[in-house]
Amino acid sequence: MPTLELRDVVGGYGDTQILHGVSITVDAGEIVVVIGPNGAGKSTAIKAVFGLLNLTGGQVLLDGEDITNTPPEKVARKGVCYVPQTANIFPSLSVEENLEMGAFVREDDFTPRLHEIYDLFPPLKERRRQAAGTLSGGQRQMVAMGKALMLEPRILLLDEPTAGLSPKFRGEIFSIVKTVHAAGTPILMVEQNAKQALKIADRGYVLVDGRNKFTGTGRELLEDRQIAAMFLGGPTNGAKDKAGDGAA
Amino acid sequence: MDQTYGIFLYVISLLTMGGIYAILALGLNIQWGFTGLFNAGIAGFYAIGAYVSAILTTAPTARHLGGYEMPYPVAFAAAMIVAGILAWGVGRICLRLRSDYLAIATIGIAEIFRLILKNETWATNGPRGVSMVPKPFATLPEPWNHLAFLAMVLVTVAAIYLALETARKSPWGRVMTAIRENEPAARAAGKNVARFRMEGFVFGCMLMALAGAYTSHYLKFIGPNATDPLTATFLVWVMLVVGGSANNKGAILGAFLMWTVWSATEILTSRLPDDLSIRTAYVRIFLIGLVLQIVLQKFPRGILPEQRLASSAKAAENTGRPADRPST
Amino acid sequence: MIDFIGDLVNFYLIPGLVLGSIYALGAIGLTMTFGILRFANFAHGETMTLGAYFAWTLVQLTGWHPIAVLPIAMGLTVLVVLGIDRGFYKPFRASPTIMLVIASFGMMLMVRSVVQFIWGVQMKAMVPGIQMPVVLFDWLRISPKHMMIIASVLVLMFAVHYLLTYTKIGKAMRAMSDSPELARLTGINTEAVIRATWIIGAALAAAAGVLLAVDTHVETMMGFKLLLPVFAATILGGIGRPYGAVAGGLVIGMAEELSSYPWIGTEPLLNPGYKAGVAFAIMVAMLIWRPSGLFRGKVY
Repeated sequence: MPTLELRDVVGGYGDTQILHGVSITVDAGEIVVVIGPNGAGKSTAIKAVFGLLNLTGGQVLLDGEDITNTPPEKVARKGVCYVPQTANIFPSLSVEENLEMGAFVREDDFTPRLHEIYDLFPPLKERRRQAAGTLSGGQRQMVAMGKALMLEPRILLLDEPTAGLSPKFRGEIFSIVKTVHAAGTPILMVEQNAKQALKIADRGYVLVDGRNKFTGTGRELLEDRQIAAMFLGGPTNGAKDKAGDGAA
Repeated sequence: MDQTYGIFLYVISLLTMGGIYAILALGLNIQWGFTGLFNAGIAGFYAIGAYVSAILTTAPTARHLGGYEMPYPVAFAAAMIVAGILAWGVGRICLRLRSDYLAIATIGIAEIFRLILKNETWATNGPRGVSMVPKPFATLPEPWNHLAFLAMVLVTVAAIYLALETARKSPWGRVMTAIRENEPAARAAGKNVARFRMEGFVFGCMLMALAGAYTSHYLKFIGPNATDPLTATFLVWVMLVVGGSANNKGAILGAFLMWTVWSATEILTSRLPDDLSIRTAYVRIFLIGLVLQIVLQKFPRGILPEQRLASSAKAAENTGRPADRPST
Repeated sequence: MIDFIGDLVNFYLIPGLVLGSIYALGAIGLTMTFGILRFANFAHGETMTLGAYFAWTLVQLTGWHPIAVLPIAMGLTVLVVLGIDRGFYKPFRASPTIMLVIASFGMMLMVRSVVQFIWGVQMKAMVPGIQMPVVLFDWLRISPKHMMIIASVLVLMFAVHYLLTYTKIGKAMRAMSDSPELARLTGINTEAVIRATWIIGAALAAAAGVLLAVDTHVETMMGFKLLLPVFAATILGGIGRPYGAVAGGLVIGMAEELSSYPWIGTEPLLNPGYKAGVAFAIMVAMLIWRPSGLFRGKVY
């Protein structure tokens, strides 16, 4: 049984329909990457999992359990963690307080987990008392991911984690994603930097106009000439994408 | 016969004050209904209009600034201009921020104006107010003087209504609606959002000042109590919300309806024994507040819902108001 | 020279500090509801009035000192405010926040009319009689009630500080004030946070009302008169910034009192009738120059 499955999902914001039937599957232990042009509905697809938009058709299944249109706080409690593209940390809280908030729904002692996160992201340990808003872009992403990982999630959803970061930080983020994945968490990631993302992906989906266009392993998609011509023609600039998805 | 005549005069006064409130409600409708601006200081602009017009028209007196004895149209225009300038100043500061700030600033303006009225006795005669304000058509015989005043108010309401309906359907009105519904999109389409907002706010405040001017002449008196933030501001809000915001007919209907209710309940409670009568006055305020809450929750679009122009009909929401946070 | 300083301190600085700390209490609650529920709560002033009337009634019933009944008055006010939230604000959680502003505007008048109905509009004294000030160093005069007010404010502020810094719900409140959307995505129980916000905000507002009544008297318009300076303190400190609200409250309170000091010549610098205008002027200046406030709060 897949960890997460979107089955022919249809929906959007208000009257604007963005997803016209999207299917995505994430199996246990996988990194799955969703790519596509601006406005294709990539970020929207992730938000669909998290109950952030109104689904009029299709199903979202978490380990076989139907979580279609479940409100975000309940989805989070079920062990799905979502790292939005922007505004993904609490800037006035310290690094450690951000991580504690990530564990808000945990009733048990999460101190061991906190230390694991610090081991995963050593720069955060040094700055644990610092306000998260004062950190660099890459470190903020670490806080955002660390915060999500505090729940020891069943699956981690990342919305363009490298958007707006310099190439140096981008590489850093991708290696963090690999580290997190290696620690056993399946990941569903939306990315603008398709080439780099597909390199670390087990499987990839290409969305166009709110529909599945291509599906394959990361390698297959990377080597597909048509896809290469359409999406991998060079390093895409993630920073410009901010308004592209979803808001349309 | 006397009683019939008394009722006749009461109806005239009801319609006159109702008409004045209709002007206020139309003014608020430009701001809230069409532009989405929250004005919590209606009383302030209303009082400014009342005092400016009263001071400009009264005969010389030692009690307050005055003795200009200007013709009514000049006084009305001056009232509107002064309020307009003040509104422009407030707008310059607050319109770029979210609506809450405008609400706070407008309630502040009303409060500051109340302080000025209280403290600058040389100009306003302080708490005793400006009396002997001349009343238009006073030379006509009874009851024609009352009827003529009523006609003036109703003609004004009709003229404002027609002007606003024309404006609403014009490109200007469409841009207003577009801004209220989806500001980023309107901005992206190259519309000068700030200017349109400012226009809506200033026009609305000018109408409120006109209503204030009419009141002072109608009652032949204006005192700081007329600026009570409660009656003026709050009643107008209730009128607009009950009648149906963003609908000019709704604003007028709400004004006459709520004024009738307000005035009729006052007559009822004033017949009670003194002690009880004072207390029930507060019950009236409470109940009218409750009406507002119930309408907001259960019938947010009011009696006459907004008539959407074809272009924006699709976006109709059951809140009757646009979201002021992004949809993501 | 000592006379001059004594005058300034005894008649302007200490009253400014007392008034400012009362504003600060009110502003903490206002800034938190503004930051967390995202709306300017116009009924906050009436919450303070309500607290003062509860305390006055309790003092009449028990004969205790107002400070002794303060916790009960705070508790009663909290209950009322939670009821108001349930009935009148909660239905608008998913609506544009401006609906909450209108609802609170209506609530301001409803609460006030209830207070006027129950208690009447006559001014009432919380503490009868006049107290002799305590004289220190021959020139510093401070009345016992002022000392008591400042002490109470300090205790309450330390309690709030502890709550916000060391408890889970307090941290969640700060988190939600930073970003309500992210708080929801993180799985924070936002309803619990909202409830905690109302509880703390109402308790502090009630305390502010009671302490102001101890300093002056109880009257039905006291909350409305507090509303503008407390809004000014909130904006000055930065919306969603409790520590900013404290600073803002102190600055506004001091500025109001010091504005009528005869800085130039022998006349008050500003006609004391315009004291309330000082808060407004500071607020307008902040909105022009720095809407995010001293502590970099939210700007919407």
